[in-house]
Amino acid sequence: MELVTPGIGLMFWMLVSFSIVLYILKKFAWKPILQSIHDREDSIEAALRSADKARDDMARIQADNEKILNQSRIESEKILRESKELGDKYIADARKLANVESTKMIEEAKRVIESEKVAAINQVRNEIAELSISIAEKLLKSELTDMSRQSKIIQNSLDNFRLN
Amino acid sequence: MRGKGFIHLAIILLGLFLSVQTFAQHENESKFNAGSFIIDHIGDAHEWHIVTIGETHISVPLPIIVYSKFSGLSFFSSGRLAHGESYNNFVLEHSGENKGKVVENIEGSKMTELISKFDTTEFSELLTNLNDQEFVAAKRDTLIQQFVNKDFASIEAYLSDKQFYYVPLDFSITKNVVALWVSLIILLVVFLTVAKSYKERQGSAPKGLQSFMEPIILFVRDDIARPSIGEEKYHKYMPYLLTVFFFIFINNLMGLIPIPPFGANLTGNIAVTMVLALFTFVITTVSGNNHYWTHIINTPGVPWWLKIPVPLMPIVEISGVFIKPFVLMVRLFANITAGHIIVLGFFSLIFIFGDMSPAAGFGASILSVAFVIFMTMLELLVAFIQAFVFTLLSALYFGLATEEPHHH
Repeated sequence: MELVTPGIGLMFWMLVSFSIVLYILKKFAWKPILQSIHDREDSIEAALRSADKARDDMARIQADNEKILNQSRIESEKILRESKELGDKYIADARKLANVESTKMIEEAKRVIESEKVAAINQVRNEIAELSISIAEKLLKSELTDMSRQSKIIQNSLDNFRLN
Repeated sequence: MRGKGFIHLAIILLGLFLSVQTFAQHENESKFNAGSFIIDHIGDAHEWHIVTIGETHISVPLPIIVYSKFSGLSFFSSGRLAHGESYNNFVLEHSGENKGKVVENIEGSKMTELISKFDTTEFSELLTNLNDQEFVAAKRDTLIQQFVNKDFASIEAYLSDKQFYYVPLDFSITKNVVALWVSLIILLVVFLTVAKSYKERQGSAPKGLQSFMEPIILFVRDDIARPSIGEEKYHKYMPYLLTVFFFIFINNLMGLIPIPPFGANLTGNIAVTMVLALFTFVITTVSGNNHYWTHIINTPGVPWWLKIPVPLMPIVEISGVFIKPFVLMVRLFANITAGHIIVLGFFSLIFIFGDMSPAAGFGASILSVAFVIFMTMLELLVAFIQAFVFTLLSALYFGLATEEPHHH
């Protein structure tokens, strides 16, 4: 029976001592402890979050880099291609121009040659004509003394001309 | 492995040592009484018995503080009451219904001065406190008749040479109070140190004692308070829950160490568990919100005829308010006391067999110590579980008291 009868003295001391210790621990132990744990948890969470963010940023930057790199590669290829095309075009143009020019020159040359030839032929013809005239003069002078011979020469000359 | 072996050896030696001293203690008494042996060990005491060597009891006397309505407040060492001695009419009873209590013996002449102010009930109560109970048995009716007739002179004639005993209010610093203070000092030292290292090592990882305590603190917070009370309100109750958890845990553990200043059965004392339960009850009642009280007085979801005309549900619910802390009190008290009783029971076996023959005592001691080791391991587990259960249930009651109504 004594076991289940609470003693007033122990109850009193328990009530007083426990209350005091509860108050002291609450004020000087539990408050700072729980606050520190809470703060630390907050800072760890913040650190984790910022690490996550940094990782995301990193990934994004890497993706950006990749993109820029790709873009620049495409760009450089394009520039290369364009320049090559341009070069080809220049060469082609130059070639065409040269062709045209050379053709023109050849044409010119041909025309000059033709005209020279015509001139030369004309000259030759004139000279031949003059020669012929002088020959004819001479012949005429010599031949005209003999009528039959005269006509024979004229005939011969004319035959020769026809051959030319 | 070596350390473990050493501990086992130490426990066996301790068992043997205890057996030797208790033999000595009970040699001059008739037989070993297991019942009183156990009750003496789990109960409170006015002195702290350390060891008995041969016939010499070595114990630390503790202060006795008693308040008597006859002699007022008295304060003296329990050493003055040792060996049945009396001091200022106070004695320590060693048998009878007041066994272990400080009792004041009052002269009949002093008592009779007051009798004229008493009523009949008070007078008959007074008679039960007369030391000479044979006299009371014979003369009770006569004395009461004389009292009713206001024949105080005859009563004085009968009682002036007798003695009354009176049990004063006892606020002594008993063994349990000392154990209580020791445990509270340990709590203060440990947690103020831990709090200091938290302040010094702000934001960094815990170290030393701090890292030993932090998981337990987090356990109380995350596995007891948070799920039971809820995220918004648990902060308010954390200091009490932590204090009560560590108080019960440390005292359960201290109760298992059989060396002073440990080994008092503090959490197995109903006064202590009653105060703890009272704290939980007061906090629950004070924090009870509208929703909580509505639930008790007008329980929703219950047929009306359970409330009107006979308020059956309100009665059940209001009983529940008191039964909850009562159960907390009894559970802790019974679990810890039962553990101690079992351990002491195994030790008693040694002496019971030892009374038959010393050889049987030695034989039983091997078996008993083995069982005591097993029980102590179990009690280590119980020490934690009971601290956990008390804290968890307190938290659940706070959670019920502060619960907000659900919007369905």
